[in-house]
Amino acid sequence: MSIFIGQDTRLLVQGVTGRDGSFHTKQMIAYGTRVVAGVTPGKGGQLFEGIVPVFDTVADAVAETKANVAVIYVPAAVAASAIFEAAEGGIPLIVCITEGIPVLDMTRVIPFLKERGARLIGPNCPGLISPGRSKVGIIPGNICAPGKVGVVSRSGTLTYEIIHQLTTQGLGQSTCVGIGGDPIIGTTFIHCLAAFEADADTEAVVMIGEIGGTDEQQAAEYVKQMSKPVVGFIAGQTAPAGRRMGHAGAIISGASGTAQDKMDALARAGIGVMRRPADVVPLLKERL
Amino acid sequence: MNLHEYQAREILKRSGVPMPDAAVAATPDEARTTAARLGGKVVVKAQVHAGGRGKAGGVKLADGADAAKAAASAILGMTIKGLTVHTVLVAPAADIASESYVGIVVDRASQRPVLMVSAAGGIDIEEVAAKTPEKIHRLAIDPRYGLLAHQALGLAFKLYRDLAQARAAADIMQKLATTVYAVGASLAEINPLITTPAGAVLALDAKIVIDDNELDRHPEIAALRDPSAEVPSEVQAREAGLTFIKLDGNVGCCVNGAGLAMATMDLVKYYGGEPANFLDIGGSSNPQKVMSALRIITADPNVKAILFNIFGGITRGDDVANGIVEATRQVPLKVPMVIRLTGTNEKEAVQILTKAGYSALTDMDEAVQQAVALARGKRGAA
Repeated sequence: MSIFIGQDTRLLVQGVTGRDGSFHTKQMIAYGTRVVAGVTPGKGGQLFEGIVPVFDTVADAVAETKANVAVIYVPAAVAASAIFEAAEGGIPLIVCITEGIPVLDMTRVIPFLKERGARLIGPNCPGLISPGRSKVGIIPGNICAPGKVGVVSRSGTLTYEIIHQLTTQGLGQSTCVGIGGDPIIGTTFIHCLAAFEADADTEAVVMIGEIGGTDEQQAAEYVKQMSKPVVGFIAGQTAPAGRRMGHAGAIISGASGTAQDKMDALARAGIGVMRRPADVVPLLKERL
Repeated sequence: MNLHEYQAREILKRSGVPMPDAAVAATPDEARTTAARLGGKVVVKAQVHAGGRGKAGGVKLADGADAAKAAASAILGMTIKGLTVHTVLVAPAADIASESYVGIVVDRASQRPVLMVSAAGGIDIEEVAAKTPEKIHRLAIDPRYGLLAHQALGLAFKLYRDLAQARAAADIMQKLATTVYAVGASLAEINPLITTPAGAVLALDAKIVIDDNELDRHPEIAALRDPSAEVPSEVQAREAGLTFIKLDGNVGCCVNGAGLAMATMDLVKYYGGEPANFLDIGGSSNPQKVMSALRIITADPNVKAILFNIFGGITRGDDVANGIVEATRQVPLKVPMVIRLTGTNEKEAVQILTKAGYSALTDMDEAVQQAVALARGKRGAA
């Protein structure tokens, strides 16, 4: 098993004919992901790479192919619109890779998704991969290996770094999820931790957080009730503290966004706190 | 992107938020002219993207036009937190009966813009929030409906008991909320919102931060950017498509991805060094970007060693290696460099770099330790 994606994933790619979309669609097909449709307005009727039918709209694509997961590679200016369209088209899981979406766009996207019961992963995320089974997004398949460790992260290349440490030291992964680094994201640590807790094939979880917000602290509270061991890393211990937004940013977050506050919260919840990426395997092995 | 106070005032004024007349001045004589026009006591305020202007001497009261000119000549050209003051705002020194705080920030937790108000406004608002959080009243704005009239009035009554004043404050709050979406702000605040002895409710100071991701769709806001008010190396980096933040250490860092960049800086510290900067080179192996990055890093005289940390995922390691070789051919280095490169095509990458005479490694810890040692002047470490 795996979380969120698997053998029954029927993937629709929004922005399939764009530069990034076409490159990564080929990679996903090569990895074995069932890509059933692409959407690029104005290119309906074409075949991508001679095999994937392209539609003008998500509604057309869903009606024809019964796609149940959408991945978005469109430019930032129209990415919120692509999320709205996927949700309205009835897609229950939407993965948005696009970086640079205005945060106010996301304040409108979130209630729209909630009304339709759709889950969004991202935006500004590398997507997810269940090694050996399915890949939705841009995580390089060659650094992953099938196994029992779940990985959830706010970062991109730092996630690859940790996966690389796991794979090269013999610990494969059940699913790796990049939830995205933006202030407003669709899926948080807690959603992923709950899914890993329920997943029979996951035996331990690595969570990789960053400075900013309080998602890691809330996740730590949740971990207290989990039966599976969790290890965690927080990036940004040396990030400059002076970078903040007026008074309102400080009023709303206080000191809770700092790496130290987050690491303390993780430790209090019994999470193995990594001081550096290379600690991941030793800490996991102590707990498995 | 930060706006200057005078720019934020302009935007709010156009939205109909009442505020005292004021004008910006770039010379002491302009300040004198404005003060003469306004009449009476004025306040002269440095326009600079840094908090704590008052405590740094960047805000002065002046009684009359000549005093305003003197205040402006003292403030113009001064340096506040490393930033030179190029303009001042000259505003009437308002008679203040009460000071409140009204601010809107996009909040991660509620995933909405949150309106915050407090009757305890003024420069100590953060201390108020930390010590007496119950004095801050909050409301998450539903983006589908905006800030509703009754919601604004409900919060306004937390500030004023007088109905006319509460209505005036509620109106200001709604205009502030509308402005947030109209200009693409991630933060908009009025501090203080004052009442005058005559009972009028006025915005005395304004701050607006624009979400950089909104700038493409708001060219009129993007045009307000004042590069002279930013750290030059950061302006240069932005123009090259890099994210760069200058720090005080001596290990220059060049990393792909923000999370890995922070983790690399943390590891530099872990091994006893200090990072000189945060630099995210993005997913590109473009030699042009590598060159820009090297130019920016080496322009800092504190940098004693350069550390590259590249995780080749989609980006191919050999492409990055060729980029580094090409870039250093054009920008010869005066300080040692350690390159850590792993992931896709790492073997080819290390070969290319070793052949060019660079120390290339695949282990992150090893590379960071070398860079820290080199920055300390231990050349033998490599």
